[in-house]
Amino acid sequence: MNLFAEAFAWLFSPDRLTGSHPLPAAIGEHLFYTFVSVAIAALIAVPLGYLVGHTGKGRDLAVALAGAGRAVPSFGLIVLLVLVLGVTHKPLAAVITFVLLAVPSILAGAYSGLESIDRAVIDAGRATGMTEWQIFRRIEVPLGLPLLVAGMRSAVLQVVATVTLAAYVGLGGLGYYIIQGVPLRRYDQILGGALAVTILALVLDGVFALLERLAVPPGAPRQSRKSSRREIQTREEMEQIEHYPVEQSN
Amino acid sequence: MTWVSNNLDLIVSLTVAHLRQSALPIILGLLLALPLGWLAFRFRRARGPILVSSGLLYTVPSLALFAILPPLLGISFLSIANLIIALTIYAVAIMVRSVADALGSIDPDVRSAAVAMGYRPWRSFWSVELPLAGPVILAGLRVAAVSTISLATVGVLIGAENLGYLFTNGLQRRIVPEVLAGVVAVMVIALVIDLVLVIAGRMLMPWAPRRPDRKSKAERAMAS
Amino acid sequence: MSARKKKVGIAFAAAASGIVLALTGCSSSDPLDEPSVTAQAGSIVVGSQAYYSNEIVAEIYAQALEANGFTVERKFNIGQRDAYIPSLESGEVQLFPEYTGNLLQFYDATTTATTTDDVYAALQTALPDGLVALEQSSATDQDSYNVTADFAATYNLESLADLANVDVPLTLGGAPELEERPYGPTGLKELYGLDVGFSATGDTTVEDLVAGTVNIANVYSADPRIQTENLVTLADPEGLFLASNVVPIANADIADSVADVINAVSAALTPEGLVALNVQSTDDQMSTPDIAAAWLEANGLN
Repeated sequence: MNLFAEAFAWLFSPDRLTGSHPLPAAIGEHLFYTFVSVAIAALIAVPLGYLVGHTGKGRDLAVALAGAGRAVPSFGLIVLLVLVLGVTHKPLAAVITFVLLAVPSILAGAYSGLESIDRAVIDAGRATGMTEWQIFRRIEVPLGLPLLVAGMRSAVLQVVATVTLAAYVGLGGLGYYIIQGVPLRRYDQILGGALAVTILALVLDGVFALLERLAVPPGAPRQSRKSSRREIQTREEMEQIEHYPVEQSN
Repeated sequence: MTWVSNNLDLIVSLTVAHLRQSALPIILGLLLALPLGWLAFRFRRARGPILVSSGLLYTVPSLALFAILPPLLGISFLSIANLIIALTIYAVAIMVRSVADALGSIDPDVRSAAVAMGYRPWRSFWSVELPLAGPVILAGLRVAAVSTISLATVGVLIGAENLGYLFTNGLQRRIVPEVLAGVVAVMVIALVIDLVLVIAGRMLMPWAPRRPDRKSKAERAMAS
Repeated sequence: MSARKKKVGIAFAAAASGIVLALTGCSSSDPLDEPSVTAQAGSIVVGSQAYYSNEIVAEIYAQALEANGFTVERKFNIGQRDAYIPSLESGEVQLFPEYTGNLLQFYDATTTATTTDDVYAALQTALPDGLVALEQSSATDQDSYNVTADFAATYNLESLADLANVDVPLTLGGAPELEERPYGPTGLKELYGLDVGFSATGDTTVEDLVAGTVNIANVYSADPRIQTENLVTLADPEGLFLASNVVPIANADIADSVADVINAVSAALTPEGLVALNVQSTDDQMSTPDIAAAWLEANGLN
């Protein structure tokens, strides 16, 4: 277990603040790519997801997209785009990859959020004379927010993991220490980098978990744990969002 | 496309290796998730810790987990064992939640009926609860299978030989069709396995409803 | 205890012991050691690095041995030296194409040998008892610092020493670990008095050099793109780089039996020949076995 001690020593050593890859800069790069990509993905996926969730049209396509998105090996995608778009556009290739990976989660979060709302509430809204737009803005969006945030949480973690991998194509970030450490045979560096990115991921996860709780509108009906099987079936795909691979992978 | 046709045997052998490396974590993941999920469902106190810790494990990026496991388990960083264990952990993390929720979704009346009919707990689990929970567990299994196949490609960075080789080798040699072939191959087998699981589910569980229902309770009451 | 509680207890115990078993592997052994891999009896196991050019040479060794009646098992793309050196030493992999300078630095980071013969001699001493370096080839694939033809023309560059005349900031591109290597930025500072920045360009180094994101790049001398992209390799009068020739490393047990076959291969492999092999892989996109077969036939070694 002294390897962990060495890793922490590496992580907190003052050397981390100097050199061509200081730790704060690596963290900053990592966060920058994550947030920019998720923001762009949200701009694309949230309106689309709301459209699908509200009208019910295109749902099969959205589900298929979410499923296919899970199957894409992100490691391969980033290598492919860097090769195709060229080396001078590495950041662009990377951001495109991250956006493509984040869209399915956010899309699923947006439409399932809307789908999870009990139809009776929507009917009640109609019954009191609300217009479609008012229903959307005052009922669907707030009630669908928790699942949307869950989708974004998945997306953020997935992108964090893929940014780690992007160090292989020279993008920097916290994965750099792992990739550099292997040929240099420095396990304290490999483990230190791994711990740094893990802590980052856990912190972001915690923040989004908090946001998820805060996103539940006051007065919204609590989902009972003993939901009927039919309702659980309906939530199958919604469960899938939260299990969305934080794919690091591929 | 000429590169692909010239290197079909390489692609096929890598695909076979890839499937072998993915199958074990998926199966092990299911076998481990069933008891863990059952524990999470059965004991309210256990649910929190089990689900939270599996959620946290899932959060760890793959490259980082590959680095953290060796000092903990005494295995080598650059080994297939490292890859398999990490993939299994992710698969379990995905499926534990599904199993717990699936078991929780069963109508308590059904359980009571089983008890009333004299089913012992063990038999009730296997003959009544698991079949009813099956569809949701299958949903989790599908997610786990697809993401395992996709994630296994990172194994190339720790010395495993699978479809991920097409990415690193293609990058070194600047052969775009090679990298593209790798991406497509991974997606194709992931989707094929997904389809196989769906079909297997339909065959093994003919009682499972096919489509979630969007009608509201009121609409359903009116229709019946 | 009720039957149900008993079952719960059993389930819990099973899960708990499983977890405990999994965690009792807590050890402080080096995680960078290769795990055990078993080889078939009677066959020669040939390995290669995760580098396409090295894979070609390994395949040539393998096919040459097969043509001479050996059974060969291939374990290619093992990756890092940390992974395959231990298995070379233990005999799980028995023959491996390596590079004299880089391998010498792996075993002896403080070595001062730089010329081809010095490095080869130092390597033979540095290798552990179980390993033997067969005859080295004239083919090299070593680190070298390159600039674009335009850059060289602008500043009249022929050797690394000339870089002192460049008035723009110098940025060195290469694999991430180059930053920490003795022949990296620190070496350039010590031997040539140059201050260079570093950019981890990895596998896209040549493109980055051509695109101008870096102005000096570490390109392996057998890379065909030095010629195709018109790069200028800067001379190294101070001996920053160790000579790095292709050398077969063999397990002592089988070294004698394979020496004749492999030494013939090494003798036939020239620097230009190695570049040509790489061209066939990258430009013609031929598969490794095809390239190896063609080379052996052209050199009459099959």
